[in-house]
Amino acid sequence: MIAVLVRDLRLSIRSGGGFGLALAFFLIVVTLVPFGVGPEAAVLARIGPGILWVAALLACLLSLDRLFATDAEDGALDLLATAPLPLEGVVAAKALAHWIVTGLPLTLAAPVFGLLYDLPPPVWGWLLGSLALGTPALSVIGAFGAALTVGLKRGGLLLSLLVLPLYVPTLIFGAEAVRRGADGLPAATPLLMLGGITLGAAALLPFAAAAAIRVNLR
Amino acid sequence: MSIWDYANPRRFMRVSSWLLPWSTALAAVTLAVGLGWGFFFTPDDFRQGSTVKILYLHVPAAMMAINIWVMMLVASMIWLIRRHHVSALAAKAAAPIGLTMTLIALATGAIWGQPMWGTWWAWDPRLTSFLILGLFYLGYIALWEAVENPDTAADLTGVLCLVGSVFALLSRYAVLFWSQGLHQGASLSLDRKENVHDVFWLPLVTCIAGFVLFFVALLLLRTRTEIRARRLKALLARERMA
Amino acid sequence: MPDLGKYAAAVLSAYGVSILLIAALVGWSFLRALRVRRDLEAAEARRDAEPGDGR
Repeated sequence: MIAVLVRDLRLSIRSGGGFGLALAFFLIVVTLVPFGVGPEAAVLARIGPGILWVAALLACLLSLDRLFATDAEDGALDLLATAPLPLEGVVAAKALAHWIVTGLPLTLAAPVFGLLYDLPPPVWGWLLGSLALGTPALSVIGAFGAALTVGLKRGGLLLSLLVLPLYVPTLIFGAEAVRRGADGLPAATPLLMLGGITLGAAALLPFAAAAAIRVNLR
Repeated sequence: MSIWDYANPRRFMRVSSWLLPWSTALAAVTLAVGLGWGFFFTPDDFRQGSTVKILYLHVPAAMMAINIWVMMLVASMIWLIRRHHVSALAAKAAAPIGLTMTLIALATGAIWGQPMWGTWWAWDPRLTSFLILGLFYLGYIALWEAVENPDTAADLTGVLCLVGSVFALLSRYAVLFWSQGLHQGASLSLDRKENVHDVFWLPLVTCIAGFVLFFVALLLLRTRTEIRARRLKALLARERMA
Repeated sequence: MPDLGKYAAAVLSAYGVSILLIAALVGWSFLRALRVRRDLEAAEARRDAEPGDGR
């Protein structure tokens, strides 16, 4: 599993996409929103956490269709499927690699982007915490969607149609936690739910994803 | 003789060809009676006025939208566990009906909400959940359309239906948590006397029965089409091979 | 025709939209059923006409 993880990380860094791309996309979305809604600081501070969450979600989606597709094209996925390591483990490792490349940098960078929206320092903590808890779920759910569409020629658009509805609970609890935290309300419930979704998705979805890959390789 | 015998496509075709005209006729009569009764012969509600008549469409459509998803879930599980092709094709045939029901529920709800709540749309838990349900139907149908091999498509959509059900349920509770509602609670329950008066309740139940029968008839028709389409595909493939 | 009062437009449009949607679904299902059935019968006729391997 560690070998798969290291291999995926190395591949994503060498292919140039890697850390930079998702982060750049995140930055662009965050920059574009004020052009759409106007420069009022109060409005931006109000919707800032939600924008950051939606931007993280879209940035996550961006690199998903390559998650298994490149390996399926050059035949590496067939080898991984017949390897002694169970396919569920491969899926989990690849989802983890995806998270390290997209989710983790987004989480760490979120407070900096929060500055653009004039979010006060206490909110940074909530943002950091909720993104750290929630983005792993985005990667695992995305891995499931990518596994469903791995056999398709143009799966990209379909992938977003399949995955985005699945992201709804994560988004709701994530953004709600930040909002409650910012307003000084108790935010333990959404954070716990967010953690629950992440753990449940990480525990169960690799099985569904592996089943989908096996069907697609058949 | 067990229920699984009907999973044989040939047997299903025979039974359904006998069942289809009856269920169609029954559905047509029940729907006509229910909707006609609701539209022409019920009094106006003292607060909602004549808009109460919209509920004879709205409530059954909303119930069917959810129940059809449950039916698809059951059919998908039967396919994944016992590999009966008819089951997978029935799930495929049901999805567009479910999507239409979701659209009807949303559209009639919006038309009803405009005069009653003063808005077409509110980010209310029930409304939002239905929008998400509609998205799930869309994704499910799109996946069926996108995958070439029919068995692969059946497997993938089956898995999606299973996972989607869990997330649809999660979304429902997440959405409840996220916003307080404008929508009234369920008005149909076992202790119905307290909620809805008989004058409205009887035609409503007739309408619900009509929608269920309508679904059954249309599902039979569409499943038969899917089975035929599958056989046609196999025959054409063989022609090309020869 | 019952007197629908001031909400006539809402009630009628709700019924109209629903009936339109249902009619579209039924019509589409029905046409597809006819087409698939015709094509299948044609394909089966072709297969049966084939001088054959006796299947």
